[in-house]
Amino acid sequence: MVAHLRATIPSRDEILAILDDVKDPEVPALSVRDLGIVRDVEIDAAGAVTVTVTPTYSGCPAITVIERDITDAIQARGFSPVHVKTALAPAWTTDWMSAQARARLKAYGIAPPERAESGRLVQLMRSRAAVQCPHCDSHETEIRSEFGTTACKSLCWCRSCRQPFEEFKAI
Amino acid sequence: MTAPSVVPAPPEAPNALFELLQRLGDDRLVLGHRLSEWCGHGPILEEDIALANIALDLIGEATMLLRLAGQVEGQGRDEDALAYLREAVDFRNCRMVELPNGDFGFTIARQFLFDVYSVVLLDALTHSAHEELAAIAAKALKEARYHVRHSGDWMLKLGDGTEESHRRVQRALDELWRFTPELFATDDIDHAMRQANIAPDLGVLHEQWEALVRDVIDRATLTLPHDVPSAPGVRGGRQGFHTEHLGHLLAEMQIVARSHPGAKW
Repeated sequence: MVAHLRATIPSRDEILAILDDVKDPEVPALSVRDLGIVRDVEIDAAGAVTVTVTPTYSGCPAITVIERDITDAIQARGFSPVHVKTALAPAWTTDWMSAQARARLKAYGIAPPERAESGRLVQLMRSRAAVQCPHCDSHETEIRSEFGTTACKSLCWCRSCRQPFEEFKAI
Repeated sequence: MTAPSVVPAPPEAPNALFELLQRLGDDRLVLGHRLSEWCGHGPILEEDIALANIALDLIGEATMLLRLAGQVEGQGRDEDALAYLREAVDFRNCRMVELPNGDFGFTIARQFLFDVYSVVLLDALTHSAHEELAAIAAKALKEARYHVRHSGDWMLKLGDGTEESHRRVQRALDELWRFTPELFATDDIDHAMRQANIAPDLGVLHEQWEALVRDVIDRATLTLPHDVPSAPGVRGGRQGFHTEHLGHLLAEMQIVARSHPGAKW
């Protein structure tokens, strides 16, 4: 008898369901899967779990917290060992965010990202379409700053409801 | 357009890829540090946040590039060892990024010139034969395109703004222009990397860069300065020849790591 063999080996779906509960520490309306940063989940014959993630921004300070949270959440359900692997390619894009995630983001008060621009290399701000206000749905908005409180957001202002709001940057 | 100058590689640096990765990483590390000096001093709160955000992206990109540089070198140095424990002569950044911030116009003009350089270079590097470098470039390119939207837009606002803002940003451009040939000067390292299909032809990038810069400068009602022909064989930051400013910057950036060797925080 092999005493140390795990009683249960998790299925991929079980791990994915656990990851649905791991939230982005800076935007807790979204899970790590909503964000699109979970690229792969592998479970080997002995039950070791490997989660492959891709960083959002190169300098995002949340990534180490996210990696730790993923490991903790899976281990808390009795599955171990857990490895979190980083893959840079393909580079993360907000286009990977699901419609459901976008709706959650809007309900949380953050304008969801538009389609990431892939046209000219140098595209200035003046050419951008107005962002829709997440509070009153108006397009009478302006961008106050391309950069916001975290690497992934910009600051906007709604002229209709006269409220400031944040937009998830399309990248 | 100036003819790229050809200078010999420093004899103590036989590994061309290690050199290239330091050049890319050090540009971003040093400029990221300079931008971080604006934190708490920005002209308006939004700009304070913007410059700190851009600094964070650049330092994140530098982390990836210098980590890879350390692996390529194979001497057991990681990104922290390279950032905190090298001397000024070992840094390979261009000199433009180490110049003091000056006023907001100077910071923006430098950022714009660098951001356009960054997008054309990173775009080319996404086709690099070195898979990991190509992956880092693809990631950084998305950030650089965002950065140039910010700095380019400010060039329009400042250039086509008040008499005072126009005067200041034009003065900044005039001061910075002589540092731009260094971005495209080709030496043995660049030739070796080009031959290995790891890095692009800098001469081609120079033309692409100048066209993009000229477009925004014209729209900003600014005047592109006259080219300063660079003397062939001139050595600069890529070969470890820096301005006096880099040493002071490093003293501040490295003091904690050097005073407390091996400290974790």
